Amino acid sequence: MRYSHILIASASLAAALASPASAHRQWLLPSTTTLAGTSEYVTVDAAVSNDLFYPDHFPMSPEQVTVWMPDGATGKLENPATGRYRSTFDVKIDKPGTWKIGTQRSAVMGSFKVDGQEWRLGGRGRPMGAGGPGAPGGAPPRAVASVAEIPANATDVKLTEVQSGNYIYVTADAPTKTVFTATGKGLELDPITHPDELVSNEEGQFRFLIDGKPAAGLKVTVVPGSKKFRETEEAQELTTGADGVLHVKWPVAGMYWINASATDNKPSEKRATERRMSYTATVEVMAP
Amino acid sequence: MTTSKVLPALPLLAPLVAAGTIASPAAAATVSVTIPRINVAEYHRPYVVGWLEPIAGGTARTVFVWYDVKKAGREPGTKWLADLRTWWRKGGRSMQLPADGVSGATRAPGTYQVALPSNLPAGQYVFKVEAARETGGRELVSVPVTVPVKKGGSASGSAELGAVTIR
Repeated sequence: MRYSHILIASASLAAALASPASAHRQWLLPSTTTLAGTSEYVTVDAAVSNDLFYPDHFPMSPEQVTVWMPDGATGKLENPATGRYRSTFDVKIDKPGTWKIGTQRSAVMGSFKVDGQEWRLGGRGRPMGAGGPGAPGGAPPRAVASVAEIPANATDVKLTEVQSGNYIYVTADAPTKTVFTATGKGLELDPITHPDELVSNEEGQFRFLIDGKPAAGLKVTVVPGSKKFRETEEAQELTTGADGVLHVKWPVAGMYWINASATDNKPSEKRATERRMSYTATVEVMAP
Repeated sequence: MTTSKVLPALPLLAPLVAAGTIASPAAAATVSVTIPRINVAEYHRPYVVGWLEPIAGGTARTVFVWYDVKKAGREPGTKWLADLRTWWRKGGRSMQLPADGVSGATRAPGTYQVALPSNLPAGQYVFKVEAARETGGRELVSVPVTVPVKKGGSASGSAELGAVTIR
């Protein structure tokens, strides 16, 4: 029973990574994003579910979460706990400025053949489908953990590089921008409007970068929380302009889930043919 | 002095301008803020802040901020300053508190007079007063004002703030 849960959990996580359009959404929900002084905590829920921010499916693992402090150092989680539907943890926000908290992942996934047998990379021993290796009652799946382990005589090598990040931003006193310093790799946010100073009667402007260059025509989904209490989700499907800038109008104040995704053929791993990138953030939009 | 050049174009305004100049030499304008009495079982004095925003844009200037300056217990009274959310974003978050001549303890219901800073550059401003109360609500009241103040202004809140009058 427990093993099958793990299988399902890893499958749904892999699915979320592989296709960000999938309905299951990974989300982080902070108790607040704005704090006065440096003696406060933020407490965060983390889960995977369809509706925002309603935990009813699987928790995210707090072990995946990293804390980036305003000065670039790594902070720590306190009181992590994993429940049936969501996990929770605290972060002591003891330095002024903007903190970044979340998950960041880069992996290569795919398949190849050796002597006619199908092998997988990064699949975590997932069943491969009816009759294939790992199918119920069949042989255990053949898998390797890294690109380096693919044997020299492998054929039909099909690899995809997957990069994803899911963040919240918390500011004590005046906001700073050090946590947004671009690395020039993959899909990144270069905010024009700081994510911790959004107000419902002002447009939010966010520039997205791919490999450090403006990501024109990027598809971005913006979803307000509390769908349960409305007829429809009221998600906005938006696209960045030629300058990579996304303009967002907020229909109401509240917590919003923002997800951008892109696919191209410029993976950093040479043997991969495709790169899938996703950027996710939960932001707080205040009433004016 | 320079007003005399404007006189031919604005004959009707001239007496007002002249009277205003005589009545209030050098600034010395005050703002009065009313904290209403609210009949609830659990009442806490509100955090209240008043600040000036230049209409043309630029840095907001905090004129007063009343909060729990000497709060006892584990948590400092500054913790809830962010609940004055508009002021916090407009500049409260970069202030060092307590600030001499600006910050003070929370006030009981009543009407209070606060002098506007005498060294304000001339121009058009909006005076904003924001109040937030524990277990209560939050309200923002705005009064446009031209400095030097010749003609005052007034606006009123509906729940957490009473009249805000500049004269």
